[in-house]
Amino acid sequence: MDLTTIIQILDSSLRLATPLLLACLAGLFSERAGIFDIGLEGKMLAAAFFSAGAAFATGNAWIGLLAGIGASMVLAAIHGVASITFRGNQLISGVAINFLAAGITVVIGEAWFGLGGRTPALAGDARFGNIDLPFARALSDVPVLGPIYADLISGHSILVYLALATVPVTWWVLFRTRFGLRLRAVGENPAAVDTAGVSVVGLRYAAVMICGLLCGIAGAHLATALGAGFVKDMSAGRGFIALAALIFAKWRPWYALGACLLFGLLEALGNRYQNIDIGGFDVPTQFMQALPYILTVVILAGFVGRAIPPRAGGEPYVKER
Amino acid sequence: MTVASSGPSHTPPPGDPGLAIELRGISKAFGPVQANKDIDLAVRRGTIHGIIGENGAGKSTLMSILYGFYKADRGTVLIGGRETEIPDSQAAIDAGIGMVFQHFKLVENFTVLENVVLGAEDGAMLKPSLAKARRLLTELAHEYELDVDPDAVIEDIGVGLQQRVEILKALYREADILILDEPTGVLTPAEADHLFRILKGLRDQGKTIILITHKLREIMEITDTVSVMRRGEMTATVKTAETSPEELAELMVGRKVLLRVDKAPARPKDVILEVRDLHVTDAQGVHRLKGVSFDIRAGEVLGIAGVAGNGQSELLEVLGGYEKATGRVRVKGHEIDLTGSASDAQTRRARGIAHVPEDRQREGLIMDYRAWENVAFGYQKDFGGTLMDHAAMKRDCAGKMERFDVRPPDPTLAAKSFSGGNQQKIVLAREIERNPDLLLIGQPTRGVDIGAIEFIHQQIVALRDQGKAILLVSVELDEIMALSDRIAVMFDGRIMGERLPSETDQGELGLLMAGMAGEAA
Repeated sequence: MDLTTIIQILDSSLRLATPLLLACLAGLFSERAGIFDIGLEGKMLAAAFFSAGAAFATGNAWIGLLAGIGASMVLAAIHGVASITFRGNQLISGVAINFLAAGITVVIGEAWFGLGGRTPALAGDARFGNIDLPFARALSDVPVLGPIYADLISGHSILVYLALATVPVTWWVLFRTRFGLRLRAVGENPAAVDTAGVSVVGLRYAAVMICGLLCGIAGAHLATALGAGFVKDMSAGRGFIALAALIFAKWRPWYALGACLLFGLLEALGNRYQNIDIGGFDVPTQFMQALPYILTVVILAGFVGRAIPPRAGGEPYVKER
Repeated sequence: MTVASSGPSHTPPPGDPGLAIELRGISKAFGPVQANKDIDLAVRRGTIHGIIGENGAGKSTLMSILYGFYKADRGTVLIGGRETEIPDSQAAIDAGIGMVFQHFKLVENFTVLENVVLGAEDGAMLKPSLAKARRLLTELAHEYELDVDPDAVIEDIGVGLQQRVEILKALYREADILILDEPTGVLTPAEADHLFRILKGLRDQGKTIILITHKLREIMEITDTVSVMRRGEMTATVKTAETSPEELAELMVGRKVLLRVDKAPARPKDVILEVRDLHVTDAQGVHRLKGVSFDIRAGEVLGIAGVAGNGQSELLEVLGGYEKATGRVRVKGHEIDLTGSASDAQTRRARGIAHVPEDRQREGLIMDYRAWENVAFGYQKDFGGTLMDHAAMKRDCAGKMERFDVRPPDPTLAAKSFSGGNQQKIVLAREIERNPDLLLIGQPTRGVDIGAIEFIHQQIVALRDQGKAILLVSVELDEIMALSDRIAVMFDGRIMGERLPSETDQGELGLLMAGMAGEAA
């Protein structure tokens, strides 16, 4: 395997890891505040559809992004109302959002575009193009480092860089700000936050809405950067893989980056090596493509050590004495 | 400055600044239940004021109103002489009220510093807040004997220290009035003494302290003034120096109460229970029991004292048949299987072991089931096989309820609609009336009113006098001292020592409970 191939695989990993990473960090905010969210998938899917639709209608990827974020945040607000205000079951609310998104995108897509649920292909400014970082061309002839900079680090859409930047920002918000302290506290022991005179409901809504925002970006990346338009069920379980990555990462931002890159790498490998020959044994394509999902199952089954979720996770807060 | 705010207070002149807290005509109802009825209370600045009353007397409701958890239906609150609205906890904090809850409100995986700062940060960035808190904590530690490592994580420190963190939280928010709800429930006697020293120091610095408790001894020991609540009403406020435990108990219950348990000396006979070298390791791999051995004879009560969580629960669970262990247990000479494969709670009962579990609401009763169903549990085979004779079960339950003075004596009520004391009587009736040879009884009077405590204690003594062997586990030292014929103290999964109640005192038992071996003495 030569350097070019390695760079190509890593480059592809990064692109594929981006929506996972954004969704994973979205889940991190929500779960750190004590709201479990298995509706990441649905929010991403809705965001993908509405971003593609808006981008097609206006020819502007940025407007698409805003539409995607808007759609995702509406669903996040529904989850918030159900699980915070009405103290409903967070898992059921999440499942409902997934079903809602899966159905509504196809129905509206068919009504608007008549293409069997997809949106028309996006081109030009309706997609997020790749950005060449400064000096990428000039440096590409430098051995080893040149191609790494020019082909791996440079040449991604703005959303990829945004996702990468979200990691340190998330870490900083969680561990260096007042908001982060309170957010982590409300996921561990909301009564402590409440008796300290801080609104549990307010904090949890804030977390859920941040989750919606990040899922929105993740969905927009799927439809307007990674792909060129919306296709039915295009999130393809990434919301659930992001949840697995979140557990794998033990609810920490930097670990989340590592976990998502690993999933991205597996997906990239699956895409590139449709069939691989190991010592005369032909590994089937299906196995290669199933790799990220297999890892998800392994992680969720608890084979990667004990992960302790935020203690108040999944429990609606009821004031008691 | 020790003029007592005693007597039924006729409305004092508005805005007496010598009063830290004044409540006027506070009423609060939850549906049909009147939790607080027209409460007047005046707490003088710079005093320790006790509030005592049985469970459900309305103490906690009243304090919750003060801390902004509930809104009073009627009445006014004056803080430092000024009428103050307290719609939420933030308003209470702003008014200078700090609350130390019975169940601590701490974030377990945060450091002490983070817990203190939470909700009282100075700005959007954490660093300056934490630095300031660190400085202040050092000062407070010097001033009030409140030493805690600011960087320790809460789950790694003991309950005594956790409670100190709660006090520090309140002081960090510049509380002038500190309310403590049942603060000694989880403490060893030594820790409780330390807490009282801290509270006295705070009082001497001019802070006002409200201590809510049901322990008469604490009231007598530390308070300046005491108010008694009964059934939602404030029945009296008296100077502590001018009252006695007997008088306070009578005020709490509304009738004369026997605080001491009258019992004849025990006449132990044959050994009923033999426990040898019992070990338990729980699911997390923690070694909970580390070689426990003892005997109990017919006609005696062995009391197990100790701070909660030192292996007493596991001991009861093993003997009751729902925890595995290694070692040997023999009941009347019969070997009991401890592996959990050939033995369970059912076969233990057949061996003559009855069990009144520590947590009656989780292990003793099914709260949504009716009294008659609960009374039959574990003994349901007595009422038929596949089809049970419900009429007989109800009759059986009604009889037990009458003999054990369960109120109301209605077998068709759900377990959850009875008070704590009556729930306990239901469990006791079920276990005792099967005529067991050995009774295991854990925390018999936790959450039980003084009146019912008296009854339950009498039942235990009566059972002993019938020649039963009784294993009593309790975190209440008074109870252990009053009922036991022998006392064993558990610490960290071991029995630290055995004492006769006549030859020991709370001080010595307290040392054993804190793990200080007193074998040499």
